[in-house]
Amino acid sequence: MSKTIMSPAATSPTAAQAGAAPAVARPTLELIGLRKSFGAIEVLRDVSLRVARSEMVFVLGRSGSGKSTMLRCCNRLEEPDAGEILLEGERITGRGVNLDRVRRRIGMVFQNFNLYPHLDARRNVTLALRKVLGQSREEADARAAEALARVGLADRADSYPAQLSGGQQQRVAIARAIALEPAVMLFDEPTSALDPELVGDVLAVMRELKQDGMTMLVVSHEMAFAREAADRVVFMAEGRIVEEGPPEQIFTSPRHESTRAFLSRYSFGQ
Amino acid sequence: MDQLIQQFFNWDIMMRAWPMLLRGLGMTLLICAAVIPLGLLGGLLAALASTSARPWLRWPGMALVDLFRALPPLVLLIFVYAGLPFAGIRLSPFAAVTVAFFLNNSAYYGEIFRAGLISVGQGQTDAARSTGLTARQTLIHVVLPQATRNVLPDLISNTVEVVKLTSIASVVSMGELLHAADLARSVTYNASPLTMAAGIYLLMLWPVVRLLSRYQRQIAV
Ligand SMILES: Nc1ncnc2c1ncn2[C@@H]1O[C@H](COP(=O)(O)OP(=O)(O)OP(=O)(O)O)[C@@H](O)[C@H]1O
Ligand SMILES: [Mg+2]
Repeated sequence: MSKTIMSPAATSPTAAQAGAAPAVARPTLELIGLRKSFGAIEVLRDVSLRVARSEMVFVLGRSGSGKSTMLRCCNRLEEPDAGEILLEGERITGRGVNLDRVRRRIGMVFQNFNLYPHLDARRNVTLALRKVLGQSREEADARAAEALARVGLADRADSYPAQLSGGQQQRVAIARAIALEPAVMLFDEPTSALDPELVGDVLAVMRELKQDGMTMLVVSHEMAFAREAADRVVFMAEGRIVEEGPPEQIFTSPRHESTRAFLSRYSFGQ
Repeated sequence: MDQLIQQFFNWDIMMRAWPMLLRGLGMTLLICAAVIPLGLLGGLLAALASTSARPWLRWPGMALVDLFRALPPLVLLIFVYAGLPFAGIRLSPFAAVTVAFFLNNSAYYGEIFRAGLISVGQGQTDAARSTGLTARQTLIHVVLPQATRNVLPDLISNTVEVVKLTSIASVVSMGELLHAADLARSVTYNASPLTMAAGIYLLMLWPVVRLLSRYQRQIAV
């Protein structure tokens, strides 16, 4: 936890190094042989994945291929049946792990924002700062102001979710997560509930997070953004990661046939 | 006509009965002050139990709520007051009323809270837990405020029912409003004290009922 995302200046040198050599450093997040079934349905079948520090990994795959489940296993909103998860080298699966301590180091952004509707933007951000980190009101308010400024919403701290557009709500949700200075951020289709004209603002925030050295695991079908910003793309099919590589390679010369089928269907849909 | 007015709206008798009724009203309010908070608390616990993921909490929770919703409150009260002594448990009228209302209210408030808890989506809990809030903190700071707000009209409406229902405490001679009025009637051989009691209930509850239906109409729009 040496990295403090609130002060980008402190992290950018490391960020640059990690970006240059992601394979050498200890992965920030590592999934090893994850399995998960819901009843008789096997949703994750032996999923392994490493996300290096400051790396942005994009996850693609058809509906039902297990993308959300994999993400939700990372902070154990879903309990994997088998396999291990390491966060900055520390095992966070199995018994005897303080989940609440682990979760504050893993930020999550949801498709439907899931902002607390009874709290204004500031208090959406400060709730965990106060209750989880035990910060004073002044500390938490200052940290929230900083986080909201980073997502371009410094002037909307007093607005309730219902008074904000979808794009603004999602940015508050990102502020809520980054205020805790997580080691890694999980995004589950952060833009798919948004009107097209609001998608850009959210992607811009994600781009900036990346520039500031945030480690990100992103499920999204924003192909153009993936191509531009992702370090690596993984493709999931039927609960397995069937292919992974740099975006250029995945998009231009996919090897696995389900990746090809997915990408061609996707470009027809465009 | 005059006869009727004498029987129901006799001013002298009303003035004479007034101190008694005032004491009765005090007792009614005292009962309310005991059974409403207790019922809300019991209801909340019942709702938490009956929405729990743990079967050993959920099934008893649901069974108890069903049982006490099906049992007529008057039957429950008389059972607690006059039945339990056969098992060696002798309660004062006030204790009996408190116990019977606690059981009955918890069941009704429990059903309302349960609907409220269910109305808050799983996404709220996911979001809260993902930031490291504990289950208890999530309940207190995220789920309950929304759940309560979503069912506030039902909670208030049930509370009106509870206030009205306290009148059955008269069967165990609690000396609450209705009992006081009926006593005054039997002493004065005149129905005016009962008219008065009805008037007091009306004055107490009518504004609440009025506000409630205005609020509900607003929501419907
Ligand atoms: N809580 C659950 N209970 C039962 N089945 C579930 C549950 N969550 C997910 N599933 C099933 O697991 C499979 C994978 O779901 P998941 O949400 O991980 O897919 P996904 O790749 O995120 O799909 P989408 O693109 O539609 O979001 C689906 O068949 C889904 O129906
Ligand atoms: Mg999904």
